[in-house]
Amino acid sequence: MKTENPRAWFLVLPVILLVAFNALIPLMTVVNYSVQETFGNNVFFWQGVDWFEQILHSERFHAALGRQFLFTGIILAIEIPLGVAIALAMPRKGIWVPVCLILMALPLLIPWNVVGAMWNIFTLPDIGLMGYGLNNWLGIEYDMTQSPLAAWVTIVVMDVWHWTSLVVLLAYAGLVSIPDAYYQAAEIDGASKWSVFRFIQLPKMKQVLTIAVLLRFMDSFMIYTEPFVLTGGGPGNSTTLLSIDLVKVALGQFDLGPAAAMSLIYFAITLLVSWIFYTIMTKESKE
Amino acid sequence: MAKIKLDNIRHSYFPNPKSDDDFALKRVHFDWEDGGAYALLGPSGCGKTTLLNIISGLLIPSHGKLQFDGQDVTRLSPKDRNIAQVFQFPVIYDTMTVYDNLAFPLRNRGVNEAKIDAKVREIAAMLEIEDMLSKKAAGLSPDNKQKISLGRGLVREDVNVIMFDEPLTVIDPHLKWKLRSKLKELHQQVKTTMIYVTHDQTEALTFADQVVVMNFGQVLQVGTPQALFDCPEHTFVGHFIGSPGMNVLPAQVKDGQVWVAGQAVEVSSSLESLPEGKLEIGVRPEYVRISDTGVEATVRNLMDVGRHKVLETLVGDIKVHVVLGENQQVSSDRVHLQFEPANTRLYADGWLVDLQHEFEEV
Repeated sequence: MKTENPRAWFLVLPVILLVAFNALIPLMTVVNYSVQETFGNNVFFWQGVDWFEQILHSERFHAALGRQFLFTGIILAIEIPLGVAIALAMPRKGIWVPVCLILMALPLLIPWNVVGAMWNIFTLPDIGLMGYGLNNWLGIEYDMTQSPLAAWVTIVVMDVWHWTSLVVLLAYAGLVSIPDAYYQAAEIDGASKWSVFRFIQLPKMKQVLTIAVLLRFMDSFMIYTEPFVLTGGGPGNSTTLLSIDLVKVALGQFDLGPAAAMSLIYFAITLLVSWIFYTIMTKESKE
Repeated sequence: MAKIKLDNIRHSYFPNPKSDDDFALKRVHFDWEDGGAYALLGPSGCGKTTLLNIISGLLIPSHGKLQFDGQDVTRLSPKDRNIAQVFQFPVIYDTMTVYDNLAFPLRNRGVNEAKIDAKVREIAAMLEIEDMLSKKAAGLSPDNKQKISLGRGLVREDVNVIMFDEPLTVIDPHLKWKLRSKLKELHQQVKTTMIYVTHDQTEALTFADQVVVMNFGQVLQVGTPQALFDCPEHTFVGHFIGSPGMNVLPAQVKDGQVWVAGQAVEVSSSLESLPEGKLEIGVRPEYVRISDTGVEATVRNLMDVGRHKVLETLVGDIKVHVVLGENQQVSSDRVHLQFEPANTRLYADGWLVDLQHEFEEV
């Protein structure tokens, strides 16, 4: 029986057009820039893969990429377990459920640059609550504009504060979808709390956690606004993550060719790592 | 294995129950004999799952005591009661193999691996799932998953009782029968007390030696399938069991006679010291005869259910079913019904009048 109808393609045409205009055409423009050199006035010279070679051998790029992976690694290592732990601690029934959900959702509703600005003020050593408190009440010397370590701790804590909720909400959604019978059966089988987590809760959360890891990987790997507003990439280059570096190249130095090549490499890495995550995390369920 | 005693169990989901209506279980006082195959039968919302959860320990009753072999277990956790339960939807540990699923309850109890292996293989053979032992449990069909959740109950030695909470709900019709006879067979092999909760009378009557019929948060009757059919102690039992169920007609008692729709009717019940309450007679369609005299009825419908024909008639505005003999014909729209006296009973407020039931003493 033939159920395919080629005319169905017309139905997806609007989406194809939309994607073409907002993704494919801009991307192709970038590809176009990445193989040419320009000195302005719309005059272009063919450059081949030179920019790619230059970027791939650039120490500056290696350093930014290293910082980026470090940042994303720390973020995932903190936010995923923490998010799951908070979701486990949240009530499953009762009047506290909506309260917890709203409290959890609040950070997610704040725009990125506002988060950056908030934390900027929050950490000021002279007037910010955290900056002042650490220096004056706890006696810890803290100034993120001076110390790279303090700057790193601050952007990590800020991201954890801003985005752990996303993991919590996803994990919680996975948890509440587990029927009571599973917990009852586990109780009858004499399972310990750890066994319940390991054999019931974790497997049932797996799919949403896959999504959580992917989202948090992509978002943190492409993070720009918050650290830019908070530290501006400093002190020095210590918090210059890939996207910040990219903007410096593209708009600060106006090196369109290298910037385009860098964005394509950046894009390819993001895509590759996402694909690796996805393949590993869904591999088991296919067996 | 154990004898399970429900000693005046009452349960309410409200913190401060005021009237009887606040109780999901009004009062249950009942013994489950060791090694019996019981069915707990009743419509949705009758309290059967509440009762089951009280026995398994997932719920603590608000009143009353639960005893296993004389030992009070009312407040013990499900784990310490050593019971097993099979749920409506198969509960399996998705990430484990079938083998690990079956071994799980034993591993949690610290049994050594050699013993676990022997036990798991024995149970797998019993359930005929040996060929699946190394497979991931997640990919199995619902009936096999249900077998595994049953198997997790069977692997433990000295399980006091295995309870089934409508275990065949998600099973395909053609497998239901197979799994049901498997359960019956297993009961004969392992001799553990089994309680099978269902709202399906066929399931209850085929599985159980003793059927406990519940409704309105109380036990209405306990008996063999035959006893429930022959002598329902409550009109609900008569109505719920049998297809079609027992006919129930309003009645009066006057001058030492029972009157139904203006006709004197003979019943098997004694008319002395009748309890107060609304009087009704109950008679199964199998014991109603078409005759020249008797209660007048209008013919509504004739249904052929295969083995016999069922005539639907109206007495006043009450439906009365009649099972017709093989070659019996009904020619006119108006018929007269005779009720076989030996199988026609009198009920007061739903309860059989001959019965000295305990509920009034409370």
